[in-house]
Amino acid sequence: MQVGLTHFLVVSSLLFCLGLYAMLSRRNAVAILMGIELMLNAANINLIAFNKYVAPAALNGQVFALVVITLAACEAGVGLALVMATYRNLETIHVDEINVMKW
Amino acid sequence: MNWFVEILKAIGLAALLFTFLAVVAAMFGVLLERKIGGWIQSRLGPKHVGPQGLFQTLADTVKLLQKEHITPYAADPAIFNTAPLIVATAGLMDWVVIPFGTIGTLVLVVRDLNIGVLFFSAMASMTVVGILAGGWASNNKYSMLGALRSASQMISYELPLATALIAVAMEAGTLSTVGIVRAQAGWLGSFVVRQFPAFVIFMIAATAEVNRVPFDLPEAESELVAGYFSEYTGMRFALFQLGEYAEMFAMAAMATTLFLGGWKGPVLPPLIWFLIKMYLVVFFLMWMRWTYPRFRLDQLLNLSWKLLLPAGLLWILITGYRLTN
Amino acid sequence: MGQLAAFIALSIITLAAAIVVVTSGNIVRSALSLIPTFLGVTGLYILLQAEFVAGIQVLIYAGAITVLILFVIMLTEGGTGLRVRQTTGQFPLGMLAAAVLAVALIAVFVGTPWPKTSGELPQYTAAPIGNLFLTSMVLIFEATSLVLLVSLIGAIIIARRER
Repeated sequence: MQVGLTHFLVVSSLLFCLGLYAMLSRRNAVAILMGIELMLNAANINLIAFNKYVAPAALNGQVFALVVITLAACEAGVGLALVMATYRNLETIHVDEINVMKW
Repeated sequence: MNWFVEILKAIGLAALLFTFLAVVAAMFGVLLERKIGGWIQSRLGPKHVGPQGLFQTLADTVKLLQKEHITPYAADPAIFNTAPLIVATAGLMDWVVIPFGTIGTLVLVVRDLNIGVLFFSAMASMTVVGILAGGWASNNKYSMLGALRSASQMISYELPLATALIAVAMEAGTLSTVGIVRAQAGWLGSFVVRQFPAFVIFMIAATAEVNRVPFDLPEAESELVAGYFSEYTGMRFALFQLGEYAEMFAMAAMATTLFLGGWKGPVLPPLIWFLIKMYLVVFFLMWMRWTYPRFRLDQLLNLSWKLLLPAGLLWILITGYRLTN
Repeated sequence: MGQLAAFIALSIITLAAAIVVVTSGNIVRSALSLIPTFLGVTGLYILLQAEFVAGIQVLIYAGAITVLILFVIMLTEGGTGLRVRQTTGQFPLGMLAAAVLAVALIAVFVGTPWPKTSGELPQYTAAPIGNLFLTSMVLIFEATSLVLLVSLIGAIIIARRER
């Protein structure tokens, strides 16, 4: 049995939902960012699988996936800088303890 | 069953590569370092074990193998035990794309990937994670500090390394290592002449990537006990050392492939030329070790971010200009 | 047949490591098991004949973003509070939402016929990608580099210690 498009799409949707679960139900801010990285990876698998199986002549899927990797790196950098600044001011990185607007 | 044969071939080549590296790089390299260090310092190196001290590293290995395996009480055992494996594996995976020479028309390379140079850079950046994991899992302040310093040094020097590799790949027109060797013709055509600034940047960044003097602050014994491998004993310590020496030899082999013309030379067989050139670069690295004092951490990071990275980017610009005119 | 075996092995590595990432109680262990996840995704890219993107994925994700996450864990309190509860009070809802989304997505993906247009992937994808970035997608390229510059400056300013 050949590996088809649906195999890759099923793997990427499972990875996406694992990342979504991490983002919705973890307390540590860095763990939420790890969930976001998993979701971005799942989207990248989708893009590249569609590039190969549906539209192979144009390499747009791979170009788009490269741009997504770059933007994920930027967003992880800025997000983690925000976590460090939050820790320095509020002394905690558990998101359910950050519930006051001004302290 | 074609894929099964391919998997067996890959496992066989990996075992051959590991044997070559464990015997040549680790054993002979450590002995070479101690002998060369001795001669530069006007003394003889190890002479007792075997003729002229040739079996010294064998004796060291036997000593390390029979030491006790200690895991600290409050350390995380899973991470503590897998950290040396990550470092050793990343150091050995670098060797997959390095061409050793030709026999007739067959090129001696484990796999001539068409993204060879990018694969090399990626494997060199995997070492950092093993170092951080090892430093964290030791549950020891000196290990933690050494691991953070070493990781920040290594990620700072990956960028100039990548800019030097990009400049060479631009001039050769391909990312494959075999293609880059073939694009260099003769003595004046090799990239050490055409891309001399990239060669200088590569050598400095490669020395910093493998944590050698003058950039070995993370391992300095007077500063941090032994840095991130303070808590490792016996064979796991040997695996860390193997990873570092394998990576140093891999950087030297990459320097000969990219800049010195790989296996090309007039009379001798190509494999001999490759080994001669690689050992020349290794001798140069060891010579630098015993000549220069150690950089401070902020001087080290300033060198990378304020000098090497702008120089590398400027050189890419100049290379692009030269190639299109 | 070999491709199917490779695909199954890589998917199991990726999904098992992702499960450790999202459910482990020890945050350092879940950060370190991001590496098998990213390497499994790299293997899937190589199966899809996208070797340049695979190389960039290892270099950036497994080599740089994981290091960044480990640095921030070690510099904040997350690493030391290892016996603390790791999930918020709404994790049943989170699990329900993720499960419903998974079922919906898989139903849609399996049930739709995806037609294939003509053409073949090139053998060596790095050169055509480079060409595309400098000819028809140059605007995306320049905009991404601008975003990189802005986020670099922003991250340095946000994380700097107040003098």
